[in-house]
Amino acid sequence: MSTFASRSAAPGPSVDPKLQPWVEKYRPKTIDDVSSQENTVAVLQKALASTNLPHMLFYGPPGTGKTSTILALARQLFGPDLFRSRVLELNASDERGISVVREKIKTFARETPRNVKLSSDGKTYPCPPFKLIILDEADSMTQDAQSALRRIMETYSRITRFCLVCNYVTRIIDPVASRCSKFRFRPLAQSSSQARIEMIAQAEGVKTDDGVLELILNLAGGDLRKAITYLQTAQRLHAAAVPPEPISAISIHEISGVVPDEVIDSLLNAVGVTREDGISPALIRGGFETVRKAVKKIGREGWSAGQVLEQFHDALIPLATIPAIPKSLAAIAVAECDKALCEGGDEELQLLECCLQVRHAMARG
Amino acid sequence: MSLWVDKYRPRSLDDLHYHEALSARLKSLAATGDFPHILFYGPSGAGKKTRIMCVLRELYGVGVEKLRIDQRVFVTPSNRKLDVNVVQSNYHIELTPSDVGNYDRVVIQDILKEIAQTQQVDLNAKQRFKVVIINEADALTRDAQAALRRTMEKYMTNMRLILCANSTSKIIAPIRSRCLLVRVAAPTDDEMSRVLHHVAKKERFSLPDTAAQSIISSSEGNLRKALLVFEAMKMQKPDLSGSIDVAKPDWETYIATVAAAIMKEQSAQRLLEVRGKIYELLSHCIPPGVVLKTLAERLVDLVDPEIKPQVIHWAAYYELRMRMGAKKIFHIEAFIAKFMMVQKNYLLQGVAQNMEMDMDF
Repeated sequence: MSTFASRSAAPGPSVDPKLQPWVEKYRPKTIDDVSSQENTVAVLQKALASTNLPHMLFYGPPGTGKTSTILALARQLFGPDLFRSRVLELNASDERGISVVREKIKTFARETPRNVKLSSDGKTYPCPPFKLIILDEADSMTQDAQSALRRIMETYSRITRFCLVCNYVTRIIDPVASRCSKFRFRPLAQSSSQARIEMIAQAEGVKTDDGVLELILNLAGGDLRKAITYLQTAQRLHAAAVPPEPISAISIHEISGVVPDEVIDSLLNAVGVTREDGISPALIRGGFETVRKAVKKIGREGWSAGQVLEQFHDALIPLATIPAIPKSLAAIAVAECDKALCEGGDEELQLLECCLQVRHAMARG
Repeated sequence: MSLWVDKYRPRSLDDLHYHEALSARLKSLAATGDFPHILFYGPSGAGKKTRIMCVLRELYGVGVEKLRIDQRVFVTPSNRKLDVNVVQSNYHIELTPSDVGNYDRVVIQDILKEIAQTQQVDLNAKQRFKVVIINEADALTRDAQAALRRTMEKYMTNMRLILCANSTSKIIAPIRSRCLLVRVAAPTDDEMSRVLHHVAKKERFSLPDTAAQSIISSSEGNLRKALLVFEAMKMQKPDLSGSIDVAKPDWETYIATVAAAIMKEQSAQRLLEVRGKIYELLSHCIPPGVVLKTLAERLVDLVDPEIKPQVIHWAAYYELRMRMGAKKIFHIEAFIAKFMMVQKNYLLQGVAQNMEMDMDF
C-alpha cells in the first residue's frame, strides 16, 4: 500500500482522487501532521533539523502511523523530485528473500547519491547526502535475509540509512535491532484519532447518525487505518443508496463483521449463562442438544467462528457473578479453541467442543 | 438438459429469492462507478457464487455470460510448471489458486499483475476495470494473501477483486480491512420452501408440503443440496406422494452403517473391519475431515447423553491432529478406537452401578 503512496508522490500515472482509498488520500504530508506519537515526532524533528538520521526501527501495532511517519519524513527530506532516486521501499508483497537483499538492496545501497539540484516546486529541501531504504513489514523477512543485512548496514552507513518498520520487534534479529535506534508507536488515543476522523468525514461530506463515529473508533481499537477504511466503505454503501442516507450503526456492525449481541447472547444462554445473573442452573439443564443447536445456527448464519469466539470471550470473562474456578476453566477452553482454529481446525466442531467445555465448567460452579 | 440447480439459478439481482436487502445494496453499489473490493462469506450452498455472477451481470450486462475455459501454465522460481484452469469472459477472470497448494502465491502474483497492467480494451464496456474472482480464498496460504495486500491498492484503477470464502477466520486482517465484507447467510426454512415451490411451479407440478419439509430438514440450509435432492426424488417417484425418504448421498448412508457397526461391538476385531470401510470411503475421495465429522455426528446421535460431550471432545481433538499430521487414516482410526474405549468404559460402569462419571477429560 505504501508503495502506492510513493508512486503517487512521484510524477506518474495520476489516479482519480475519487477512486483513491482515503487512507492514501489523507496520509500525513509532514511529520507534524502525524496523529499522537509526540515523542517520536519530537525526536524526528530534531533529526530533520540537523539533517542527520540514525538507522531506525519503528515498531507498534497496525494502523498507528509507522509507514506514514517514515514516508512523510522522507518526503520532507528529499522533496518530490529526488524521492524516487533516493528512497527504496520494499514490503512483504515484494520478493524479499536473501537473494533480493544481496542484489537489489546491496546495489541500491552502494550507489553514491548524485549531487543536489534545485527542486522543481521551488522549495528547498534539506537533501542530506544519503539514501533511505525502507523495509516495510520487516518482521516477515527471513532470518537469513536479516543476517545478510547486518554487514550491508554497516559498510554503507556513510551513504545509506535503513528504516525497518514492523509489528513485532521480537521477530527482528538482535544484531539488526541493536544497529538501529528504536521508536515505539503506541495505539492512538481516542481523542486524536477522533479529531482526524472527524476532519476526514467533514472533508468528504460524510453524513452519519449520532454516535457512529465513536462506534467506528471503538471497533477499530486504536487502528486509524481500520477506522478510515470502515468510514469509507460505509460511505460507499450509503451514498449509493437513493436518496443518500446517513451512515447507521447497523451497517458499521455489518461491515466490520462484528457479530450482533443477540447471537452472542444465544450462545451464552446455551452454555448456561445470562448477562444479568451469571450462571443460571435452569439453563444448564438444557443439555447437549441445546448447545449443539446454538452452534449449528451460528454456522448456518455464516458468522466466522474466530469472531464469535472473541466476542463470546469478551462477554463471558468480565461477568462478576461467575466464581473464579469456572471462569478460569472457561478461559482455558476458549484459549484451546482459539489455538485449534488458528491451526485450521473445523470451525463448527471446535466451537461446539469449546462451548461444551464451558458449559461443563459452569455446571461445576 | 441441465440440472435444476443450474437451470433455475437466478441470473440477475432482481431474481434472487432471499436476502433482498443485500441484493438492493449490491445493486446500488454496482450502479455507482466506485465499486469496492468485496469479500463474500457464508456457508456452502447459501448462494455466494450466484450473487457474484448476478453482480457481474449488473456491472457489465449479458456479456459476462460468454465464458471460456483456458489452461494456463505458470512457472515457479524453482522452475516447476503449474497448470491452472481459469474461467474467463471479456470482463472477468475466475480462478481457484488453492488448487496448486503451496505455489498459490506465484499464481496470484502473475495473474493479478497481468490483469492489472492491461487496461480494458473494449471501448463499449460499461466499466473501466476488470474483475478477478478468487474462489476458496480462505484456503490461500499466508504468503499468497500477503501478496494480495499491495496489489489490491496499487492496481485499484484497473481491477477489482471479489473473494469468495466460507469463513473470514482464515483471511488475514489486512485483506479483511481492505474489502467490503458481505455475509451471505444460509436461507431459512421458509425461504428454502419458497425456492422449492418456485422450481416446482416452473416445472409444472405441485410439491406436497410433507415432501418439501423432509427435503429442507435433510439439507441443513444448503440450497444446492436441497435442489439436487429434490430433482433426484422427482426422478424416483414422479408423483412425490406419500411418505418418501430423502435420497441421501451414498457416503452418508455408508458412514451411518459404519457408526452403527461401531455401536454394536467395541473390539479390536471390529476396529479392523471398520478400517476397511474407512479406506473405501477415502479411496472414493470423500475428504477425511468430512468423514471424521460426519462419523462423530452419527455417533453422538446414538450414544447416551452423558458421554456426548466426550465424543465431541475427542472428535475435535483428533480432527485437529489430523489437520496437522500427514497420514489422515491414523487419526480417524485413533478417534474410533478412543470412542470404543469411552463407550465401553461407560457400559462397564453402568454394569458396576458405579455412576461416578469422571468428567474431567
